[in-house]
Amino acid sequence: MTTYAVVAEGLLKRYRGGATALDGFDLHAPAGGIYGLLGPNGAGKTTAVRVFATLLRFDAGRAEVAGADVRSQPELVRDRIALTGQYAAVDEVLSGRQNLVLFGRLQHLAARDARRRADELLEQFALTDAAGRSAAEYSGGMRRRLDLAASMIRRPSVLFLDEPTTGLDPRSRNQVWEALRSLVADGTTVLLTTQYLEEADQLAARVAVVDAGRVVAEGTPRELKATIGADRLEIVVEDGGRLADAAAVVAGLTGAAPDTDPDGRRLRMPVTDGVGALVGTVRALQDAGITVSDVGVHRPTLDEVFLELTGANR
Amino acid sequence: MTGPTTVVRDAVPDGARTPASPAVTTHRGRAVADGLVMTGRYLRHVVRAPEEIIIYFSLPIMFVLVFGYVFGSGMQVPGGGGYREFLLPGVFVMTMLYGIGATATGIATDTGRGVVDRFRSMPMARSALMTGRALADQVRAMLEVTVLVVCGLLVGWDWHRGIGNALLAVGLLLLLRLALSWVGMVFGMLTPNPDTVSVIVFPLAFPLSALSNIFVAPQLMPEWLGAISEWNPISATTTAIRELFGNPGLGSDSWPAENALLLAVAWPVALIAIFAPLAVHRYRSLGR
Ligand SMILES: Nc1ncnc2c1ncn2[C@@H]1O[C@H](COP(=O)(O)OP(=O)(O)O)[C@@H](O)[C@H]1O
Ligand SMILES: [Mg+2]
Repeated sequence: MTTYAVVAEGLLKRYRGGATALDGFDLHAPAGGIYGLLGPNGAGKTTAVRVFATLLRFDAGRAEVAGADVRSQPELVRDRIALTGQYAAVDEVLSGRQNLVLFGRLQHLAARDARRRADELLEQFALTDAAGRSAAEYSGGMRRRLDLAASMIRRPSVLFLDEPTTGLDPRSRNQVWEALRSLVADGTTVLLTTQYLEEADQLAARVAVVDAGRVVAEGTPRELKATIGADRLEIVVEDGGRLADAAAVVAGLTGAAPDTDPDGRRLRMPVTDGVGALVGTVRALQDAGITVSDVGVHRPTLDEVFLELTGANR
Repeated sequence: MTGPTTVVRDAVPDGARTPASPAVTTHRGRAVADGLVMTGRYLRHVVRAPEEIIIYFSLPIMFVLVFGYVFGSGMQVPGGGGYREFLLPGVFVMTMLYGIGATATGIATDTGRGVVDRFRSMPMARSALMTGRALADQVRAMLEVTVLVVCGLLVGWDWHRGIGNALLAVGLLLLLRLALSWVGMVFGMLTPNPDTVSVIVFPLAFPLSALSNIFVAPQLMPEWLGAISEWNPISATTTAIRELFGNPGLGSDSWPAENALLLAVAWPVALIAIFAPLAVHRYRSLGR
């Protein structure tokens, strides 16, 4: 039986201004690993994360985080989670080290433990040299890393990250990704929101695509890609005059006529077993004396899935 | 999408976590400990960014110099006595009043920049931000009063009714500051932008000090302004500490002047009774 780190059922959140940010939001994020909430700007990702982190009240539905009910046991939730929001939530006047010690103390570490943990995290996030400087003097990337370090002080069982790498340079982004992976290896579940398909694809074991306040698709990146179509095999023949022969050979193999390109040299067809089909088809074409100049399996990208699900006209 | 709704209890075994301090176990013990950590935070701000407190000091010192020396020589104190002796208690009170700006901008900065989100998502006592700020304000106020007392002694001000009464006067100043801390916190949370909040708070604080008995006797004002000035909480504390320090007063025999000590306690207590719940309510409703 699967255990879940985050469960949401029929969440409804309407802001005072009138916007319905969550509109029947359902989610079952399994414990362990990284779970991605992927969606365009305004989809409701931040709202969902703030609800899970007990920062925002919701109007209807149910949410459970790390085994505690968000509405009736918020203290328990807060004891088991950490949040790194969309904007760095650190004290700008204090130094990086003072920030980490402060947050450690507020999570009830003894003074000495808080200092030790602060130094560990500064080291891990390459902030040791800047430890004594005010956070206000940090670059955007450094502040993000400090913010993230603050979320890892007590190794939460669920860590929420709202667009953790937005606006980061590639090096800082890699540091963040690495830190997340090591946290996950220690047993933390990470739920991150992102607008970047690449990030979801690289990091997340499962992804929920969010649009207009609800989850419109859910699964592993591979499953999601499969939802908008199978892999496609593309073959380019050397001699355009033999395209019809090639199509006949392929039709004989698959039982369906492939698409042929108007430019006269290319054929396409959906396949289930990409590589196997590739090898078999190329061999059959060679046996028929048709020279293949290029061949490849085209996989739909998560981009295409995303655009398909959230409306390409946005 | 439905599935079994069994939820993981706590993915990280307790042993794998850095242990929490055993010293803080009870709810109330936690609230006190968290509040003290927060006080330490605000006091570190003073150490790391001393410009702010220096600005807050420069104002009262300027008042002492400008009013005490430039205008003071030509001013008559209705009750008799030197103008600087008359002025200093008012400057003490004014310094407490303007501290409201530091509280409001400090809280507005926290709320606006998102650090409050981190506090609110941590297992710390929810009261800690406010109690910590109030206590830090008290420490700042003690520092301010100490500096002003030294300045006062240098320009010829003194206390004349014994150290006990002088300390009582300081107690009234701190009580006023405590009340103003809560007022400042409410403003800071209502306007979570430090620049905006100072534009709002200072124009509010200024008439409170102008329409008081700090510089001018209310009897010299138009009647309705004089009445406001007599009943102003700022005037109550000013009159009360003039009495306690044995400094020259205005010699008014109005009810608020005769009962200044009572009012100097009642006003701050009333302000706390109104603004502390408002601040707590406001803090809670940040999550709407
Ligand atoms: N504090 C707020 N008050 C009113 N409306 C809001 C507030 N925050 C977000 N919204 C609205 O709610 C919707 C979802 O926003 P958000 O959760 O921030 O989306 P995302 O993080 O996916 O970009 C948007 O339409 C946004 O305009
Ligand atoms: Mg967002």
